[in-house]
Amino acid sequence: MKVQDLIDKQIFRVISEGDDTSRDITGVFCCDLLSIAMGKAPADSAWVTVMGNINTIAVATLADVSCVIMAEGVVLDEVARTKAAQQGVTVLATEEPVFDAALKIYQEIHG
Amino acid sequence: MAEAIRLTYEISPDDFTRAGEASSDVKKKLRSLGVSPDAIRKVAIAMYEGEINMVIHAEGGIITVDISPDKIVMILADKGPGIPDIEQAMQAGWSTAPNEIRSLGFGAGMGLPNMKKYTDEMTIDTVIGKGTTITMVVKI
Ligand SMILES: Nc1ncnc2c1ncn2[C@@H]1O[C@H](COP(=O)(O)OP(=O)(O)O)[C@@H](O)[C@H]1O
Ligand SMILES: [Mg+2]
Repeated sequence: MKVQDLIDKQIFRVISEGDDTSRDITGVFCCDLLSIAMGKAPADSAWVTVMGNINTIAVATLADVSCVIMAEGVVLDEVARTKAAQQGVTVLATEEPVFDAALKIYQEIHG
Repeated sequence: MAEAIRLTYEISPDDFTRAGEASSDVKKKLRSLGVSPDAIRKVAIAMYEGEINMVIHAEGGIITVDISPDKIVMILADKGPGIPDIEQAMQAGWSTAPNEIRSLGFGAGMGLPNMKKYTDEMTIDTVIGKGTTITMVVKI
């Protein structure tokens, strides 16, 4: 599944579209501790988190995930939003809990 | 890329809010040099952890990145408090990060283990009260 496909499903709100929505999403990863996400999030995965600061965007870029999903209605703060736009990171959002959001992505990937 | 390239970054103590700009810049440069995505990811992860550590634990410092055809060498030098027990610091989960840092998602105690995991060589030179220099090598 491509990032664009996930956007088109309209399961999540689009916070930042990002500059490469043709990227593949090959898995889902959940964690809020940044060093754990940094060390364990697979490249090309969708990262579901409730941590919405600028460092989330830095980790997303450096660990090379396909997109970030903010769960539990958590908002990305203003600085982080600007950084996401700058770095071209796709950020989506939902009111749902982390597990439910991740499960939906998993189901979309595995049909 | 026949010649070696040297990049130098001054990491200021408020780099925290600038969130790994040096690491992001290195990532961009490596990409434009055509380095493999796998090697870039390793360098980016290891350097970001080191960069954040310099900010959280040592009030900033200097990062030098040497890019040559077969390897990338990162040298992170700070004038912070030093690391009293390297073996303990290297343990997954060990952290002295204060609570306000933890509330930002840091302080999982996985930084040094990540740096080790994602590099081919890593050495830590530290002197209490003088500072820490960490050298990491990623082969390409
Ligand atoms: N540059 C440094 N200067 C002084 N102490 C450091 C430095 N880097 C790491 N440390 C010490 O090692 C510990 C473990 O580091 P790390 O694995 O990155 O975890 P964390 O940064 O989450 O605390 C830190 O909590 C700190 O006590
Ligand atoms: Mg750390």
